Amino acid sequence: MKQEIKYFSPEMKMADLVEIDYRLLTVIARCGLPLGFGEKTVANMCAEADVDARAFILICNMYSCFGYVPAEESLKEADPLTILKYLQRSHRSYMDDGFSSMELSINELVAPCPAAQRKVILDFFEDYRTEVRSHFEYEETVFFPYVESVVSGGSTGDYSASIFEENHSNIEEKLKDLTNIVMKYLPAACSNILANKLLYSLFALSEDLGKHTEIENLILVPMVNRLEALKKSER
Amino acid sequence: MKVFLIMPSQVMVRGIEGVFRDMGEFTVAGAATFLTPREETILKNISADAVIVDPAVFPHSARSNIKHHIAEYTDVPVIAFPSIFIDEETARQYDAVLSLYDSPADIIHKLRKAVSSSKDNSLSNGDELSAREKDILICVAKGFLNKEIADMFNISIHTVISHRRNITRKTGIKTVAGLTVYAILNNLIDPSSVE
Repeated sequence: MKQEIKYFSPEMKMADLVEIDYRLLTVIARCGLPLGFGEKTVANMCAEADVDARAFILICNMYSCFGYVPAEESLKEADPLTILKYLQRSHRSYMDDGFSSMELSINELVAPCPAAQRKVILDFFEDYRTEVRSHFEYEETVFFPYVESVVSGGSTGDYSASIFEENHSNIEEKLKDLTNIVMKYLPAACSNILANKLLYSLFALSEDLGKHTEIENLILVPMVNRLEALKKSER
Repeated sequence: MKVFLIMPSQVMVRGIEGVFRDMGEFTVAGAATFLTPREETILKNISADAVIVDPAVFPHSARSNIKHHIAEYTDVPVIAFPSIFIDEETARQYDAVLSLYDSPADIIHKLRKAVSSSKDNSLSNGDELSAREKDILICVAKGFLNKEIADMFNISIHTVISHRRNITRKTGIKTVAGLTVYAILNNLIDPSSVE
């Protein structure tokens, strides 16, 4: 079997993490850690920026290691609010940067198409954006506040993390459709260079959203489940 | 005959390989530990006569639909080889279910039966949409429901679903909205006929 570094640790140099998987640059930025790593370790950098290093490492492992399932111990040690903050910032970066720049490229891309074709592609994109937005809004107005209240030991009401899990809808289908449409069925008038540029962003977004969902389902939800159980046993 | 394996357990993969080596007739065409979009595409392109899947690959909530999921990428029979308990209801979706305690002869027998019975009722081949699939796609794009489409063409809902699955397998497009875009870009429907 292939030998590879599977799990990151707080003792590693921050620059080495990026060397191993450059996509972690996104994670590092979303966690609020600045560039200019120098020779600092993950633990150093996190301490300076007041970020929980164990939660950061959990996210990195989930992001880079395919099929990673966090150990119970690491879920217990890590700070749920750091995970929450990461997820919130990811939402913002999808909506503010990701979709806005994709909107620009898609508009440019379909500009040479006949009006009807242009409209149907742009409408599809807009519908997708709306779907993602409402998916995020649900999480931010219902699930995230619930997590905060569980973490601070407040009341949990009738809601629970398992309700979230059940209602966690799939926002990746339409994205995959859009990718296939751009790759396979775009009118010949469209520029190849622009289409490729958009395809790169679509694949990257799909990958990132997949990781995002895994972080929610395999890190945040189990963390909250554990806290819920603790609370129940105290009663 | 070639079989594609989807199972997280290396030991089970080795076990199947061993059985095939001893018994002849079947060989392993490839194996995947997980099913990511990458493996799904491989599955679409590999020439296998059957797929053996350990339902443990899928999260609990998705296990009732594994056969349909795999059928989006290939139309060969899907055989379960569960490392975990699966109830009768979810077992029914598969073309056969192997057990960890089956003898090598049982395994070969079940595979042979699944492969031969599926050859009789395979619906569609090739990568281009057939004329019938295009008709169905047009109806889907226009917003008709499976039931309505079945009545229009005088076919069963089951057949409509098979066509839709083939359309998705060929085009890579799953949602109705996406199929509508496809239909308009390919001039199958007039844009004014939707909405």
